Amino acid sequence: MSGARYWRHQDQRYNMAGNECGVCGSRFFPGKTMCPNCHRRSVGKMKKFYFNGNGKIITYTIIHEGSLQYRNQVPYLLAIIELEEGDKVLGQIVDCEASDLAMGKKVEMVFRKLGEQGKSGTIQYGYKFILK
Amino acid sequence: MRSGIVSYGAYVPKYRILPKEIGRVWGQDGEAMGKALNISAKSVPGLDEDTATISVMAARRALARSGMDPSLIGAIYVGSESHPYAVKPTATIVSEAIRAAPYLTASDLEFACKAGTAGMQACLGLINSPDENIPIQYALAIGADTSQGAPGNALEYSASAGGVAFIIGREKVIASIDLTMSYTTDTPDFWRREGMKYPSHAERFTGKPAYFKHIQNCAGMIMKRMGTEPKDYDHAVFHQPNGKFPIVVAKKLGFTDEQIKDGLICPYIGNTYSGSMMIGLAAILDVASPGDRVLAVSYGSGAGSDGFDITITDEMKTFPKDKAPLVNEMISGGKVIDYAIYMKLREKIKLEGE
Repeated sequence: MSGARYWRHQDQRYNMAGNECGVCGSRFFPGKTMCPNCHRRSVGKMKKFYFNGNGKIITYTIIHEGSLQYRNQVPYLLAIIELEEGDKVLGQIVDCEASDLAMGKKVEMVFRKLGEQGKSGTIQYGYKFILK
Repeated sequence: MRSGIVSYGAYVPKYRILPKEIGRVWGQDGEAMGKALNISAKSVPGLDEDTATISVMAARRALARSGMDPSLIGAIYVGSESHPYAVKPTATIVSEAIRAAPYLTASDLEFACKAGTAGMQACLGLINSPDENIPIQYALAIGADTSQGAPGNALEYSASAGGVAFIIGREKVIASIDLTMSYTTDTPDFWRREGMKYPSHAERFTGKPAYFKHIQNCAGMIMKRMGTEPKDYDHAVFHQPNGKFPIVVAKKLGFTDEQIKDGLICPYIGNTYSGSMMIGLAAILDVASPGDRVLAVSYGSGAGSDGFDITITDEMKTFPKDKAPLVNEMISGGKVIDYAIYMKLREKIKLEGE
């Protein structure tokens, strides 16, 4: 991902900035331009919402064959996390082994390096999760 | 009310490597080395951790305890000798990741192991400015590092990772800074030239003319100015390049083991460089009571010491320390790794095509 493209998503990646429908209160991560429940009634009423990053594991997997950028991290763990403030998110679980994971376990957000554009390029940071 | 520390947060990575394991690889008696340095383990950053991530985690914890609006922070200084970029500030990454940006000033500092405390002094200067054209209410000083020693070098036993963030302000101060003074000389005891991966040091020269001279002079200067003696302090904390030097310098100055025990962290996680004295001070704040007096002196090679005379205030009674992990909780329970995993985490293994 180019530096400029990543920069546009910085608040989302750094601070879990999503949004909330001003009509029905549903929360979305990443944010949506329109609420899928309220449709055009929500236009202009979507408010930025910062998720606290706490949640629980719905399901998880172990990646043994990572993409080029993540090949030094294998095996690494990905999970679908149900955020306690609404919506679900796919995220990497770090600082633990696969044997430590289980569905329903609580997690919290941490700030980590997500990748880099080569050794001379920019470094991309954002949210990952650790077990609580 | 004097200005001082309004809130604090610390962060120590989860991984640990033991001196015995390092010695095993290099044919050295690692256990004896660990005993000589008084280091039982050192912290190791994860593959996805660096000075920026550690700084952000520490700053978020300080904010969690304070409950303050991050946009009130008017200055951020990150002291480190392992900033992830040579050109591009760590402090701007922190400013966005704690939602303090954009109406603030931010910069990175470097002064070996004391850049974080130099940041504390810069913050104090800004928030205490009588000039109404410098309207900064709170400022954030961070000391963080993911320091490295060359494989097989004595530094490899101590160079670790961690960081601390102090929010400095004039209101709701939990630890007032009653005096800060520094002692600085040009002393070539430890350095890293531009572009070099690992630092170099002047071996025994790092002791008497460097660490001990600067800390003793700085502490002595502060006590003389304040009219105090070692017995007047409930706690003392000094820079911790290993677990032995701070004990020796405390004795030389006239402090007891009891006065330094709460802030002596290096024996459990190694030398966190720019975070070293600051994490000891954070551990003291974890246990200190209102009225407690603290003498804190950092040391950075090259060389200089920043000293702080601190008094814990009544605000500490209601300060919610439990909103973030205590230092003792972080230094216990780490995950011990072997040297091969350590090499992987520190990115010393070349992959295909690299």
